[in-house]
Order: sequence, then structure tokens, then C-alpha cells
Amino acid sequence: MKFAIVVFPGSNCDHDSYHAARHVLGQDAACIWHKDTSLKGADVVIVPGGFAHGDYLRTGAIARFSPIMPAVVDFARRGGPVLGICNGFQILLEAGLLPGAMLRNSDLRFHCEHVIVRVEQTDTAFTSSASVGQRLRLPIAHGEGNYFADPAIVRDLEASRRVIFRYCDERGDATAASNPNGAVNNIAGICNETRNVVGLMPHPERACESSLGSTDGLVLFESVVTTLAQEGAIRTA
Amino acid sequence: MSINQAVLERHGLRRGEYDRIVAALTREPTETELGIFSVMWSEHCSYKSSRIHLKKLPTRGSRVLQGPGENAGAVSIGDGLAAVFKIESHNHPSFIEPYQGAATGVGGIIRDIFTMGARPIALLNALRFGPLDGPDGPRTRRIMDGVVRGIGGYGNSIGIPTVGGEIAFEEAYAGNPLVNVLCLGIVEADAIVKGKASGAGNPVYYVGAKTGRDGIHGATMASAEFDEKSAEKRPAVQVGDPFMEKLLLEACLELMATDALIGVQDMGAAGLTCSTCEMGSRGGAGVEIDVRHVPQRETGMTPYEIMLSESQERMLLVVKKGREAEVEAIFEKWDLHAAHIGEVTGDGLMRVKDHGRVVAEIPNAALVDQAPVYDRPAAQPAYIDEARSFDPDALPPVVPTEALLRLLAAPTIASKRWAYRQYDTMVRTNTIAPAGLSAGVVRVKGTSRALAIATDGNGRYCYLNPRRGAMLAVAEAARNVACAGAMPIGATNCLNFGSPERPEIMWQFVEAVEGIAEACRALDVPITGGNVSLYNETDGRAIYPTPIIGVVGLMDDASRVVTRTFKGSGDAVILLGEDGAELGGSEYLKTIHGLVRGDIPALDLTREHALQTLVVRLASRGWLKSAHDCSDGGIAVTLAESCFDTEGTGASVELAATSELFSETASRIVISVEASKEKDVLTEASAGGVPARRIGTTGGTRLAISAGGEKAIDVPVAAAERVWSTAIEQFFKRAVA
Repeated sequence: MKFAIVVFPGSNCDHDSYHAARHVLGQDAACIWHKDTSLKGADVVIVPGGFAHGDYLRTGAIARFSPIMPAVVDFARRGGPVLGICNGFQILLEAGLLPGAMLRNSDLRFHCEHVIVRVEQTDTAFTSSASVGQRLRLPIAHGEGNYFADPAIVRDLEASRRVIFRYCDERGDATAASNPNGAVNNIAGICNETRNVVGLMPHPERACESSLGSTDGLVLFESVVTTLAQEGAIRTA
Repeated sequence: MSINQAVLERHGLRRGEYDRIVAALTREPTETELGIFSVMWSEHCSYKSSRIHLKKLPTRGSRVLQGPGENAGAVSIGDGLAAVFKIESHNHPSFIEPYQGAATGVGGIIRDIFTMGARPIALLNALRFGPLDGPDGPRTRRIMDGVVRGIGGYGNSIGIPTVGGEIAFEEAYAGNPLVNVLCLGIVEADAIVKGKASGAGNPVYYVGAKTGRDGIHGATMASAEFDEKSAEKRPAVQVGDPFMEKLLLEACLELMATDALIGVQDMGAAGLTCSTCEMGSRGGAGVEIDVRHVPQRETGMTPYEIMLSESQERMLLVVKKGREAEVEAIFEKWDLHAAHIGEVTGDGLMRVKDHGRVVAEIPNAALVDQAPVYDRPAAQPAYIDEARSFDPDALPPVVPTEALLRLLAAPTIASKRWAYRQYDTMVRTNTIAPAGLSAGVVRVKGTSRALAIATDGNGRYCYLNPRRGAMLAVAEAARNVACAGAMPIGATNCLNFGSPERPEIMWQFVEAVEGIAEACRALDVPITGGNVSLYNETDGRAIYPTPIIGVVGLMDDASRVVTRTFKGSGDAVILLGEDGAELGGSEYLKTIHGLVRGDIPALDLTREHALQTLVVRLASRGWLKSAHDCSDGGIAVTLAESCFDTEGTGASVELAATSELFSETASRIVISVEASKEKDVLTEASAGGVPARRIGTTGGTRLAISAGGEKAIDVPVAAAERVWSTAIEQFFKRAVA
């Protein structure tokens, strides 16, 4: 499989996603500069974390105008798997590939720590190897991860089983205390209607080696590799 | 312009210094020249009071690739790689404007690292504040909140993990907090870039943010005491833009991968002035620029303002003639404009033009090498003898368990999670020891190695005994690195003191520098660079003398990293080092008895070195399940902290006497090993000349310590941990004043 990691000037988790895909999973991987217009034949696209254009305006607000984004949108529309992590999730929201928006964390502070999320659905490209209810210990590192959407949209997300990850406690209960940022319904990650685009605030790429404290993030990468191997890839242009 | 006393005072220059300027130029300076001299000869840039003493520091060693004098130091870490690191202060700006002061401190030290060609991979910070409660509490909480947000705001955005550091609280810092920031980077040893200008005719480029009126005379501000008018100095604090710095970082590293670059220096203190004359001086060349070509954020800026601005995120580069298009293309890729502002010359002069008209023409040597050097008088302060006299037998009795709980709630000892939770500690996926559990440890991708790094410096110790306090700071920083499993290989220092114009402060400074020198020699950790911050005084009250030492250690096998936490039940708890009953200057005396008295713990550097060598050897064999050094609060606190973050693993321990509970006797480490390894460890310790004995066993849910056969401390780990983990956080749950 070939992973494309989109690099904006302020991306800072691009190396980490590349390292996970290339060196931990042993897959082919390439960084694609945001001024490029082609994803160069990649099978999977990762929009990594960081502060794409400084994010002084609104996270991801400028990134959606980058020259690479039409190619990402086109790939997603054709059913290609796209994973937005942290700032990448914020960019996918701004680009309209996923619904909703991000608010400042409810305590108005940046949080970096391990949290637990519950896998809600396994019929997406990035959770197919996980099991429903599986708890993943993943790091978060964000100041604006308080997912918010219009109540109608949230209802629709829930009804159409598009909430993919939810913050929970060690027993798997989605409690207020286990919600690190105030996200509505403890939402940590969602997918689009066709379930090939997934965005989440936690960083699975930081949880792929035991020396980093957790390997629970591997399942997202393994899922997409397995899915593509079974279903055949949709190549990017 | 007429140079009267008022003009000189505004520039922080003395009449005698002015006379030297006239002598160096053989004429009266222009206004721009006076401004240039004033910043280059400020204490901050010239080190005029400290320079003769800094020469005493050991700066060479088999691993040292770059000592003091460049943007940062460098040591070899094997595999053809070098670790580049330095610590710097941003104390004065952080007091006036905590968020921006701390943020730009982070930005400045990152630039120092990547200008050496190194990819920055870790940040640490050593912070000192006043008490969180009491009359200064509201102000201290506001300052600390701003500093922590500022550090996070910059480091998190640019994507460099903050992996460690320390925070201490003392009344002496209430009017003058300390913000010292350390950055560590990695570079191929043969690709280290220097900050030099050479080759007459080579173009000089300016890259990065535009120049504004912010920070003018920042270096001068950092070379004066504070008073009630300090808030008026706010315009001298710069505003940081981490996104701009990220662009500069990536573009510069990309440029450095070519061979088009001659030299580069960031525009930090004294901005364009310092970078221009220092690069010329190092390269034995002159530099000529025209301020007309300098990108400007404001209209109507004078050459004086442009040369003295400390606007952030700006770099000065010298590239090879004929390679301009290639260089400009790299910066264009990152949406940066590289402005061609001048040329290297062969005349050794710093020549500044304004639309072709010369407004300053000064020999680089006059600014850099011929700056005044002062051998200021030093005299032992009157307080020393009185403060050191102390009779431990006269202390009122205390209940040890209560004393332990109060110590765990003391902000200097309590968990700093409230702060480091706001820092991205993991970005770049190199951080292989969880935040707060050890020295900062980062793996070096592509090798089997890891680097451990720690900062330390006990101001209270140095107030009572600056020489030994400084030695203990070196010892403790190195010991913390060793506890993680890494052999200390190099050090950097940030020397925070009051006004050098007072003989008692100068005495503290000289004593501390000599102490650092002695300890670094004995522990074989050369000083590769650092920073001096003087005039840390407000309304005539100086801070505690506070040398902060940063030590970098190397471990060959990254999988052997050790943390402070016990790992399960039934393990042998072993004390490496001697028992002791040294309470002088301790956290216990201060927190429990309200005393800052006595002489501080003794230090035998030979024993310290043997201890560190032993613990690294034990770690490299994979025998250590935990290792934690004894420092603030003594062995009782060390044991408690070894129980914390373990989901409640306790321990039963026996000590010889209650006097040992809170003694801060140096050169001691508490380790835990599998019970079956006890004998091997004790044999190894004996062979290494380190006293060692088993003091207890891990397990249960309580920390139980007996002393002299009687129960001294018995507390549920969960209860003690709650006290320790919430002590700082609780101050910030209320509204920030």
C-alpha cells in the first residue's frame, strides 16, 4: 500500500505519520507538499496534525485552500480512504469532507495526555480490524478539540452510526469526566456518509510502538491496509 | 546630536564606556553608532562582568565538537551524529509580559539550535516563581499561567516536544521570576553550520519576519534592575510567531542540505546589530548592509530603530555568490522572502547605510572583542555566617507522616502535571519516557541510542552556599540523567543572579562559577555553552543566586530507559549512597519549620561520580526496575514519588533513624530491582565503591517507613498521591487573578 501524507507548512506530525506507515508498518509512504496538485498514485491519504498555516485564524481554515486539497477531495469522493488526525481532522471539517466544527477545549487549555476512546463502529476503512467497544489508549495534544455540530447534525451522525470513536473511561463508559475537551456526546472521531473518510482528534500515529507507551493506534493503520488488500485500492491521481 | 549624561543613561552607558567608544572610532559616534555600541556593550551581549570568570569553566572534552562562542554547543553521540544544545534565560520579558516573554524565549533558543544545522527534537524549561499563595499569590499565579501558556503556545505549534524541566517556588522570585529554556537538536557531526560571514562579495540575506519597533533596547532592558516603572518597558518585549519560525526552521534546514550557505545567525538579542557584527567578527570579515533593503513592518523607521529592533523570527544569512537564485527559490517554496540587504567585505568593518548614505561604520572588533571587561569587586555577604548557623536539635518535634504530607503538597515538590499537561510532550514520536517520570528521554531515530536530559539548580542552596550549591546543581542534573540510564556527556548553564555591581552578588557569582567548574571537571561533563542573566532584582531585592545546569546524557540502548516508578510487588528497594542527617537548607526546614538556614549538604564528587557510573551500568544491564534520586524532601519524598503513578503500589522500608527521613544528603539514589537480583546489585555496588543496602520491599497499598525500629510514616499511597497531584492544580481552579 502507498500512504500519502499531506504536508502543510505548519504540519508537525507529518514525520510521525510517515514513520508509522513506513517504518512501523513497513508500507510505502510519501510526503506530498501542499502546493502539489497530485497525490501521486497513493492508496491512502493521511492529513496529519500540526498548525497547517499557523491557525491564528481558525484551525484548518486556510489549509482547505491549498492546491493539494482538490485532489484530496476528489480522492475522497471516489471512495479513497482518507484519515484526518487532529489538525488534519480540523482541516477535513473546514474542507467540508466531514460535518461540524471545533471549539476551544472547554477549560480553554491545551491538553497533552493519554486518553481512552471506544471504537463505536467497525465498518470504516480505518476500524475494520478493530472490534466494537474496543478501548484504545491514545494520546491527545490539542487546544481546539471540542467537537461541535448543530443538534440536527449530531442526531444524524448518531443515527447513521458515523460516530467512530468516543472518549470513555477505563470501563468503557462515555462519562463527562473522561471527556478531555467538552466534545458533544464525547465525540472523538467521525466518518463521512460513505465511511471512507475518518477524522479523529487523538493521535494513533503516536501509539504504534510499545516504547512510546501504547500500540493501540496500530489498529487504524492495519485496518486500512487489510481493507485495501481485500477490496482493492482506489488509486489517487 | 549632543551626547549628554541623560543620553548616556538612556543607553545604559557609563561616561568611561563612552570615552572608550570615542577612542575606538577616533571620533564622536553617530546616533545609530551610539545605539549599536550600547546594545553590544550591554551586560546581556558583552558579558562584561562575567567574562573573566566564565573562562574558568571546563569547555573541552573528547566528545565536544563545539564549545562556547557559537550559537550553541555540540557533543558527539556516535553514529556520526552530534547533539546540539543550549539553555537561555528570558527572565525580564517574562516578568513584564509572561505569555510573550516565555514564548519568545522558546523561539529564541530554537533558532540557536537550528542555525547550527540541527533539527530541534526536545525542549526543557527551568522555571522559578514566587509563592502561589499569600500576598504575592495572585500575581504569581497570573505570571505562571502566562509563562506556561507561552511555552506551550510556541513549542506545541512549532512541533517540538517539551520533555522535561523543573519548577520551584521561593519568595525570592516573587518580583523576578526565572524562565530558562533549553533546546536540544540533532545534526550530522560533519554538517554543523557556523555563524560566520566570509568571502568578500558574498551576498548577505535577511529572511523571516519584518522588522518593527518591538524590542528596541531589549538587551539593555535585560541589563538593568526592575522598579515600579517596569510596566512602562512593555514595548521592549517582543511578540512571537511560531508559524513564521516553523517556516524558517524548515527552509533553513533545507538550505543547509545544499552547499550554498556560508553562515547563518539568528537575530536575537540586539537583532540585526549583533548578528551582523558577530558574523563578521567570527569570519574575520566585514559586513555592509543598507537598511533600505530591510523588510519593515512600520513606516518611517530610522536606521537606529532598524538596527536595534528585536522583532522575532528573523535570520541573517551569508551565501555563496552565484547561488542566489537557488537560495531564493528555497525560501519562496516556504513563502518566505529572502531580502538581499548587503555584502561581505574584506575590511573588518560593520558598515550600515541608509539609502546609500553611511550611518554607521564601526570595526567589528570594537563591538565584539574590545567590549569592556570588568573585574568587579566581590565580597562575602554579611548574612552568610548568621544564616549558616543552625542547631537541628532546637527544632520543635513533628509527626513524620504529617510532615511528609505537607512536603508533598509543597509546590516545589508537588506534581507539575498541571503545567506539563499543557505542553505537547510527544510530538515527533521520540519521547520514550512518559512526562514527569524521569529526566526527558528522546530516542535518536535511525540508531539504537537515546538522549536523556535534565535541568537542576537549587536557589536556596546557592543562597546559603553558592559554591557548593552550584556543585550540587551539576551533580543533581547529572544524577537525574544517570537515573534514566544515560551517561552524562555534556552540560550547559544559565547563570541567574542579581546586580554584579554589588560586591555581595558578585561574590555569589564567582563562587558559583568556580563550583560549577569544579563539579563539571570531576563528573566529566564539559560546559559547551550557556547564558548569563544578571540584574535579576526588583526594587533592590535580588533573587536567590540561581545557576541552572542542563546536562545531556547518552544511552546506547534506548530500550533500557529507567523511570522513577516502582513496577509491581516484591521487588527489593535498595539505597545507593550513604545515610545522612543533613537538614541545612532543606525543603523540610523551609516548609515545615519556616527556616532558610544551616549549611547545605556535603558533596564528595568522587563518590558522586562512582554513584552515577554504577547506576548507568546497572541500567544498561537491564537490572533496574526503577531509579529515583534523593533531593528535595529527602528519602521519604523519594520513596513516596517512587510509589506515585503506579496505580498505588506501596512499599515497606526501614531506616536507621528518624533524622534520615527528610535529610537531603547528596549522592543517593533509591532503586528497585527484582528480589533475585539483590545480591548481584550489592556486589556490583561494592565493586564500584558505592555504599549500598537493601532498605525494603515494594508491595501493598501503603507507604510504611520505620526508623530506628519504630513506625515513622504509614500512609495509604492513594491518599498521599492525591495530596501531591492536586497541590498545584488547586491554585488554578479558582479564577486567575
